[in-house]
Amino acid sequence: MAEIKRILLAEDSKKDVELALEALEEHHLANAVIVVHDGAEALDYLYRRGKFAGNTDTRPVLVLLDLKMPKVDGMEVLRQIKADPDLKRIPVVMMTSSREERDLVCSYDLGVNAYVVKPVKFVDFVESVKQLGVFWALINEPPPASDIKHL
Amino acid sequence: MALKNLPIRRKLTAIILGTSGVVLLLTCASFFAYEFLTFRQTTVRQLSTLAEVVADNSTAALAFENHNDAKEILNSLKAEKHIVSAALYDREGKLFSQYPADGPAYAFPSAPEKDGFRFGHAHLAGFQPVVQGVNKRLGTLYLNSDMGAVYERFRLYGAIAALVMAVSFLVAYVLSRALQKQISHPILSLAETARAIAERRDYSVRAAKTGEDELGLLTDAFNQMLTEIQKLNQDLERRVHERTAQLEEANKEMEAFSYSVSHDLRAPLRHVQGYVELLGKHAGDTLNDKCRRYLKIASESVTQMGDLIDDLLNFARMGRVEMRQSSVDLEKLVQETVAGLQSEMNGRKVVWKHGPLPQVQGDPALLKQVFVNLLSNAVKYTRGRDPAQIETGVASESNGELVMFVRDNGAGFDMQYADKLFGVFQRLHGAEEFEGTGVGLANARRIISRHGGRIWAEAAVNSGATFYFTLTRSQKG
Repeated sequence: MAEIKRILLAEDSKKDVELALEALEEHHLANAVIVVHDGAEALDYLYRRGKFAGNTDTRPVLVLLDLKMPKVDGMEVLRQIKADPDLKRIPVVMMTSSREERDLVCSYDLGVNAYVVKPVKFVDFVESVKQLGVFWALINEPPPASDIKHL
Repeated sequence: MALKNLPIRRKLTAIILGTSGVVLLLTCASFFAYEFLTFRQTTVRQLSTLAEVVADNSTAALAFENHNDAKEILNSLKAEKHIVSAALYDREGKLFSQYPADGPAYAFPSAPEKDGFRFGHAHLAGFQPVVQGVNKRLGTLYLNSDMGAVYERFRLYGAIAALVMAVSFLVAYVLSRALQKQISHPILSLAETARAIAERRDYSVRAAKTGEDELGLLTDAFNQMLTEIQKLNQDLERRVHERTAQLEEANKEMEAFSYSVSHDLRAPLRHVQGYVELLGKHAGDTLNDKCRRYLKIASESVTQMGDLIDDLLNFARMGRVEMRQSSVDLEKLVQETVAGLQSEMNGRKVVWKHGPLPQVQGDPALLKQVFVNLLSNAVKYTRGRDPAQIETGVASESNGELVMFVRDNGAGFDMQYADKLFGVFQRLHGAEEFEGTGVGLANARRIISRHGGRIWAEAAVNSGATFYFTLTRSQKG
């Protein structure tokens, strides 16, 4: 069996998580999603520390970051990922409720790979998440695994 | 230069010199007049004394008709250099002897006249009786003196007066130069301070006080005013700082608020929408039409709520966004806007009538928003008109203020609600009749007022509406 292409979803709203998983399920991508509920947990997962110490999962092929999260927000997680030579190649997609110009500018300055405004309309939301999942997990070629594995 | 325009230093010197000059002149003149009068009297007295002496000496010569004696006596007048001529007449009034002996006949009166001495033209001349004893008249003596003595004296006095005047003037000048400083120095220092303040706007300088007189009082008052101004200035600055800080704080809060609104209000909306749709998806088959309608309404309401939040945030942003001033071609702006509205017209027939529009000063993106709002309103509220007519143009211009208009033949509105038209979320039509959130015109007003203009509307129910707004013509346009 081919290696599972994992997606790390950092989202503090359980409802958003459920709705996102519902959307990803349509393409059977939901079982590859690791859900964390704040930025600190997301960093713990990526650095295999805290409750993720000893985790042997391969690195995710995509990180979906909510911008507004408790403890450490999405922007800070993005900054740390892109500042770390070992993590910076992992594609990061920022997902947010609003299209604030300063957030957009800041995200792109930090090296975000995509920036998505969550549509209010569920149909559109599902469509966006689905397309994101399909593109990054199925269509896009992730950085070489060896590169990610032996960090 | 007129005296009033002279610098105060020279003015004071001029006044002092003028005054002393006039006083000196008057003094000299009265002294001259006095001298003139007394000297005349003295001259007359001297001449008559001389005449008495000569007359006394001549009595013998006349009594004995001794011509030689008479001649000798008269010749002794040589010692008096001002005596021009002299003559002796006998009792009958005939010329007896003359001095000088070879003088021309016209130099002597042919007969004695009235006794006494009189001033004639440049001469003092007169007759003295030659008397023996108490009143035995033997003849008459004639003496004629020139005014040389008088003139000599006058020349001397004139020279002295000129010297005194010159010295006095010099002393007055030197004194005035030194003394005028007492008055001019404080005034000049005050004026200098005032000028420095006017030039540098530095209210911390103070004029130096030089005494306790009126000028000292003036300096004190001046300094006091400066202190007052300085205090007021500082007060004002402090208050501006405070207000600015408050405004910045309020602005920050407003920003945080709208940021929070855009994030936090939208999330639950998305959830409601998501779960409503999931419910429809999972239970759709088991629901009856009524329940499906409920779900549909819930879903539509959420969409509407989303639109409202978007519009509200947009409105808030309009007030804060930085304006980028440039010259804006309104004609081009209208063309672009109309092109962008094609999708909203759904193939309806709209007759556009665009009058010439000028270049104005403003932010192109914001002004575009005004036209988008006004023209899309016009398109919206002419729905059902065939053909719909929408007109744009310049209504009037005065003092560089242009009045633009957008006119339609649509639904119009009742003028008694005109003041509500530009309020946020204010609508004059039901949502079922004409959709919308009621933010467009509020936005238009906010943009126009940020451009320093006004916006208003005239309309009647079912007779269309005209929107007017003012802008400033661009310098280039």
